Amino acid sequence: MSITYVDAIREAQDKLLRDDPRVFLYGQDISRFGGAFKATKGLAEAYPGRVLDSPISEDAMIGMAIGASLDGMRPIVEMQFADFSSVAFNQIVNQAGTHFYRTGVPVPITVRLPSGGTPGSGPFHSQSMEAIYSHYPGLVVVTPATVSDAYHMLLQAVEVDDPVIYCEHKFLYRWLKANSINGDGLPIGKARITRPGKHASIVTYSAMVHEAVRAADRLQEESGWEIEVVDLRTVKPLDMDTVLASVARTGRLLALGEAFPWGGVTAEVASRVAAEGFHLLDAPPKRFNSRDTPVPYHPKLWAAHRPTPESICVAMRELLSY
Amino acid sequence: MPADADATPVRDEREHARKVFRAMLEARQLETKLSSMYKAGKIVGGVYLGKGQEAVSASLGGGLNWGTDVFAPLIRDQAGRSAFGEDMLDCTRTYLGSSLGPMHGRDGNIHRGRPKEGLLAMISHLGASVPVVAGVLLSRRLQGKLDGVVGATCIGDGGTSTGAFHEGLNAAAVERLPMVVVVANNQFAYSTPNDRQFACGDLLDRAVGYGVEGSSVDGTDFLDCLRVIGGAIDRARSGAGPQMVVARLLRLSGHGEHDDASYVPDKLRAGGLGRDCMQVAAAQMIETGYATEGEISDWQTEVEDAVQLAIATAQQEPPPDPWKERWDARSTKLSMVTEA
Repeated sequence: MSITYVDAIREAQDKLLRDDPRVFLYGQDISRFGGAFKATKGLAEAYPGRVLDSPISEDAMIGMAIGASLDGMRPIVEMQFADFSSVAFNQIVNQAGTHFYRTGVPVPITVRLPSGGTPGSGPFHSQSMEAIYSHYPGLVVVTPATVSDAYHMLLQAVEVDDPVIYCEHKFLYRWLKANSINGDGLPIGKARITRPGKHASIVTYSAMVHEAVRAADRLQEESGWEIEVVDLRTVKPLDMDTVLASVARTGRLLALGEAFPWGGVTAEVASRVAAEGFHLLDAPPKRFNSRDTPVPYHPKLWAAHRPTPESICVAMRELLSY
Repeated sequence: MPADADATPVRDEREHARKVFRAMLEARQLETKLSSMYKAGKIVGGVYLGKGQEAVSASLGGGLNWGTDVFAPLIRDQAGRSAFGEDMLDCTRTYLGSSLGPMHGRDGNIHRGRPKEGLLAMISHLGASVPVVAGVLLSRRLQGKLDGVVGATCIGDGGTSTGAFHEGLNAAAVERLPMVVVVANNQFAYSTPNDRQFACGDLLDRAVGYGVEGSSVDGTDFLDCLRVIGGAIDRARSGAGPQMVVARLLRLSGHGEHDDASYVPDKLRAGGLGRDCMQVAAAQMIETGYATEGEISDWQTEVEDAVQLAIATAQQEPPPDPWKERWDARSTKLSMVTEA
């Protein structure tokens, strides 16, 4: 018996609906159809009236979730594709993000963003929005990279009283499998050392955790380098304690992400390590992201657009040779 | 009127009109005072008057029940806020920057609200409240608490051009939620006239497109507003689905007190839309025998005193203190993590 990443998301929603009467699901095609990625398959039948198809209206979907959360509910909104959340940007950052600070009343919504690229998806079904939402005060932004985190972090996201942007990676949906879901999981906000090492740290999140581990395995096999991989798990707030402790052990930082290079999570990590941990560094902190173009359609272009184990190894060799 | 409207308790028309009219008086007096304080440099940020729109706004707010119904007022809805039951101090404290106000100095003027009590806090992005009201109503339905509840919001002619307005009204219509959207067509979106704002013949056409029941009202006519907006509230409450009311009127002030509204043609001001709903309402109150001239004059004095007291109270209260501010945009402390 194995469970995939998308199964874990479905199971978490099943448990939430079962255990918490405040929870309901709202999104496009999520009811009888079970969602574009089947993350809600069977839930409409199991929980009649609590898994609701929405019109194609991302702005209204988030607005309605905000209203429902103010009335005591714990809505989970599926965005179908993270890219489409740009239509709901106003409700997310201005309505949900400002509400607690302005009024003292929090907005406990969970927004599921099917994020990141898969081969052949093209520019409008591949984007990573975590940096955009992290920029705005008031939001929690999580980026689970494992099957267990996908499960536990969704349960926790719904418990958090503030808006949580839950960035699930589409590439991991069926590619990532586990034998079972482990334990209770680390809390939201805590990073994890996925792979210990001593010569350099790769600080990353979401699907790139797996590419980083492959690159680290390859470097160890080929050259004996021991690379530590830190999975941020949550990009807002950043667990700088864990990041700085890793850099203290290794002296070198590669901040890795699938999102566009300008600004963003890797920029934040690199600048904070430079500012707060300059004395720990033996080399300038390095960033590695996708290319600064829209995400291309053709699988060959796509594969070269985002960091791969090969290109991560190149970046790491540069960092290690400084 | 639908057949089941008979089930709605008949309001005491006289008492209701007196309550709504008094809220209009309160809003006008309060805003006149705030405007003069703004011009004297005593208020930070803008002051936005509902002058000329009080009859529409108060008819909506006054038809709702504080504590059970939901109201998302917009810029020009001081009268609706007063009629709904907002404490006047919430207004003066917010405008004057008292730390004791509902927004604690963190947000200003018209953005204030008490979401837990059903008075939603607006953001400046027009149309954004429409889906939020719908969401509260959807939540009530899921909790089995929707019966007899109404959610209401206001918007201007310009706001009906936004995607949020369309998406929110469409979603509310799909769910057949008891929502009332009142459109104050005051002829100008800031300075942009209707003919540069929309190309449909009448804003009521929008209601048809959404599958929403629509009605029109002369926004300068107090009794007409009470009847038409009250009717829409009653229909929504009794299960007839979302309602949209379009009120024809003219904004009798600038967009804000920083704006002299020189773009409004004199001819429009001199016409029927330029009537002051407050004067019309006073005359109608007397004509119908709902109030005497003496009563109205007494109310005016009472309201003036209340406004003076609210302003004096807020003025004496401490402003927010940057050193004591929690500077926390989230309510949740994420344990085991040093937040960065």
